[in-house]
Amino acid sequence: MTQWIDIGSVDDLQADSGVCALVENTQVAIFYMPKENAVYAVNNYDPFSKVQVLSRGLIGDIKGVPMVASPIYKQHFNLETGECFEDETVCIDTYAVRIENGRVEVSLAE
Amino acid sequence: MSNKQILVVIGNGMVGQNFLTSLMVSSLKETYEVITFCEESQVAYDRVHLTEFFSGKTAQDLSLVEEDFFEDNNITIHIGDKAVAIDRARKLVTSEKGITIAYDKIVLATGSYPFVPPIPGHKREQCLVYRTIEDLEEITALAKKSKVGAVIGGGLLGLEAAKALKDLGLKTHIVQFAPRLMAVQMDEGGGAMLEKKIEDLGISVHTSKNTKNISEGETCFHKMSFADGGELEADIILFSAGIRPRDELASSSGLALGARGGIQINNQCLTSDPDIFAIGECAIWNGAIFGLVAPGYAMARTVVNVLEGGDAEFTGADMSTKLKLMGVDVASIGDAHARTKDALIYTYQNGADEVYKRLVVSADKKQLLGAVLVGDASGYGTLLQYCLNSIELPENPDSLILPSRSDESVGLGVDALPNSAQICSCHDVTKGKICSAVESGCITIEALKGETKAATGCGGCSALLKSVLNSELEKSGIEVNTDICEHFAHTRQDLYNLVMIEEIKTFDELLEHHGQGRGCEICRQAVGSILASYWNEYVLEKNHLSLQDTNDTFLANMQKDGTYSVVPRMAGGEVTPDGLIAVGQIAKKYQLYTKITGGQRVDLFGARVDQLPPIWKELIDAGFESGHAYGKSLRTVKSCVGSTWCRFGVDDSVGLAVELENRYKGLRAPHKIKFGVSGCTRECAEAQGKDIGIIATEGGWNLYVCGNGGMKPRHADLFATNLDKETLIKYIDRVLIFYVRTAERLQRTSVWMENMEGGLDYLKSVVIEDKLNLSTSLESQMQHVIDTYRCEWKTTIASEEKLKRFRHFINSDKTDENIVFVEERGQIRPADEDERQHFKLVEEA
Ligand SMILES: Cc1cc2nc3c(=O)[nH]c(=O)nc-3n(C[C@H](O)[C@H](O)[C@H](O)COP(=O)(O)OP(=O)(O)OC[C@H]3O[C@@H](n4cnc5c(N)ncnc54)[C@H](O)[C@@H]3O)c2cc1C
Ligand code: SF4
Ligand code: SF4
Repeated sequence: MTQWIDIGSVDDLQADSGVCALVENTQVAIFYMPKENAVYAVNNYDPFSKVQVLSRGLIGDIKGVPMVASPIYKQHFNLETGECFEDETVCIDTYAVRIENGRVEVSLAE
Repeated sequence: MSNKQILVVIGNGMVGQNFLTSLMVSSLKETYEVITFCEESQVAYDRVHLTEFFSGKTAQDLSLVEEDFFEDNNITIHIGDKAVAIDRARKLVTSEKGITIAYDKIVLATGSYPFVPPIPGHKREQCLVYRTIEDLEEITALAKKSKVGAVIGGGLLGLEAAKALKDLGLKTHIVQFAPRLMAVQMDEGGGAMLEKKIEDLGISVHTSKNTKNISEGETCFHKMSFADGGELEADIILFSAGIRPRDELASSSGLALGARGGIQINNQCLTSDPDIFAIGECAIWNGAIFGLVAPGYAMARTVVNVLEGGDAEFTGADMSTKLKLMGVDVASIGDAHARTKDALIYTYQNGADEVYKRLVVSADKKQLLGAVLVGDASGYGTLLQYCLNSIELPENPDSLILPSRSDESVGLGVDALPNSAQICSCHDVTKGKICSAVESGCITIEALKGETKAATGCGGCSALLKSVLNSELEKSGIEVNTDICEHFAHTRQDLYNLVMIEEIKTFDELLEHHGQGRGCEICRQAVGSILASYWNEYVLEKNHLSLQDTNDTFLANMQKDGTYSVVPRMAGGEVTPDGLIAVGQIAKKYQLYTKITGGQRVDLFGARVDQLPPIWKELIDAGFESGHAYGKSLRTVKSCVGSTWCRFGVDDSVGLAVELENRYKGLRAPHKIKFGVSGCTRECAEAQGKDIGIIATEGGWNLYVCGNGGMKPRHADLFATNLDKETLIKYIDRVLIFYVRTAERLQRTSVWMENMEGGLDYLKSVVIEDKLNLSTSLESQMQHVIDTYRCEWKTTIASEEKLKRFRHFINSDKTDENIVFVEERGQIRPADEDERQHFKLVEEA
């Protein structure tokens, strides 16, 4: 059973941008695209710069695939799968996330 | 000793050096041991652009010799030593300093000297010539204590010299023996139009004046007396009455000379001695001396080929010229004087716009023989190609000089040019060569310049080069994709215009009407910057927030460890002791690493996101504002201490710097912008390495534009001289907004300038002459930015809502435990990966 953890209200999210939440000691970057009513969660750790910054990257899409660009060295990560567009050997963790009754919930379990 | 033959090159001027360069890339490098004599104290430099020495170029900038050229190629150069004798019987060259060399071959490239007519008094002090860097240094020094200058000679060089005197702040006269200026190139009508234009610029022109005597003056240092009884007084006299070949060495060693001097050469550039060649301005071929650099280079190429055993010949050269003097376009092509039998002449004269054009056409109206253009030389490239390639003229040849009243273009399409057509005459680059470079992948002007050298000499062919490139790209079906990214099929400039014309205020609106998809970091930032430049709304406004990269979002500069640095503005680099103490106390309280930046202010490193608001609150309370170090926007106006304190200072550089920084602070642009202001020409603020540089002179402020330090340094271009402050500010307003409107994304002003069609002259025509009728719109847009300036930090601190963003976690007050500092030289620095791991273990233990 998926265990959902409440991390706050939708109002805490930033439209077309990201925020970071602490979920059981894991830093989770959460991105919100209100026009499509889409929300994505990935690990906040940027494997290239080795710092916790992905929530502060700009988002959008590459050929229709939603992505975040690292604010440090600008690599792009697929928000759905975590794969890095520039280096196929690199993949970051992604998490289930949903909006229920105005609350944002994340699940770390696979 | 090696078994190489000895080749002695006498003279290291433009042509001598060009010969050495060609030789070193030929197969002959292994055949000859090369020794060269260089009489001047500088190795070869660009005499063609000598005048730029006055606008701040140094001998180093003008040098034509690549670093370590002589060492790398094993060439022995004797600098400051000249060859004084050639013993042809024993094959020995002797120098002034006593060096003797046994030679196998000699190349004479001794150039020419300025002719000084033997007028009584011509040897008086303060009578100078205009040929070498040393001459220019002397002129500069003398100009400081002079008021009036006169140039004797109204040819090409005379006009250039007159411009230099004018720029040095002297009342300037041109005294011309002939009845018109540029008598060699101009016909009567062209000369008259040119004279009027030069006079309009405040230079007095005296034609048909035969100077008979120079004596002590009454109001100035000299008095010149003319054959017609007139007189003129001047402090400096510059002779520019033509050149004479330096043939003294050839003469004393018994080589054949021309009737009026010059070393006689044949089609192989050989002198009367089969082991001695002569090239450049010292040589006379078929009765003619060539006072331009391109024919000299052609001779140099010929000699290399002949030595290689080839059958190249020098068969004369085209002496067409085009130049822009003090903003006046002048060009002369081929047989300008219609000396060809039965030649027909077309003239077009427009008194209102001061344009004069003349075509000289063969009797059958099929061939262009020559042309004269004054006031508008835009047709030069086309006409020259007609003339050089004997392309058949259109049915009505005068259509080539009549103004086109409609949009139809009368220019010659580049497709009409044969592959053998020479596009760049300085470096002999043909259309064929350019086409193959394009084919091999050079699809930008920059790349073509690098590969073929075209347009890197006098630059006269850059427009033509661009047309060849475009036509080739079109033919090969290569589409140059200038779209900003996959979400917008537009350039940055297109997007800017859309925002302006359709009054678009948000990214979503622009995306909806002109784009597709969700955007990306490229278009978001670019549009964010455009909106900020144009509307100047608060960048953290809800609608704009998602367009800002992390630096702009948090109004601070993210560093490698995810912390931020903080830079308060210190306009002009000025800060009070109390201000400095406050900054120090804040840095100490938050334990920030403190460093002085290159822009003369203080940078505080190591702040976590959650610390930014309290730090800024304290900075604002102490009277500081945002330094915009995080934005693609105006950064700093660096200044020297200027006339207030410095004993050399001519004007108050700090005062101006503070004023300018406060005027332009907050202006968002395609990239960061830096200024520099120096209080005198010693240039302690390094203003010429900045986007906008200003230097105080006795006559006012000199404005430089589009310089850069950093990764690709570029010396700024002198844009305008002797400005008062009001005009200076007007020009800067216009240049900056024009840059903001037309540059590509993340393009610094230096690259913007490099890629601008028409270059510096074009920018001047837009900003100074207002050719596009934009000045009011440019200025009012700048005024809008100034009027709507806000300190973004002040606005942010005042908003509870905005401050919410400055937390690492939205659901916890904890901070990022991945941020760890260690100490070094008494301050913090980010821990490296090993240190961080170690720290973690200690924490957990
Ligand atoms: C202000 C100015 C503007 C010009 N503008 C243009 C232009 O726009 N376009 C254009 O095509 N041309 C222009 N020219 C002309 C161009 O500079 C010359 O055509 C070119 O420099 C000729 O090159 P050269 O090597 O023959 O002579 P130089 O460049 O004069 O070199 C000859 C060198 O040989 C040295 N020398 C002489 N005798 C000896 C000796 N016995 N031993 C050792 N060294 C010796 C001299 O000191 C000199 O350094 C301009 C010239 C000037 C002065
Ligand atoms: S540039 Fe001139 S005025 Fe400024 S500090 Fe240097 S010497 Fe003094
Ligand atoms: S020069 Fe390089 S290392 Fe130094 S601040 Fe600039 S980008 Fe960083």
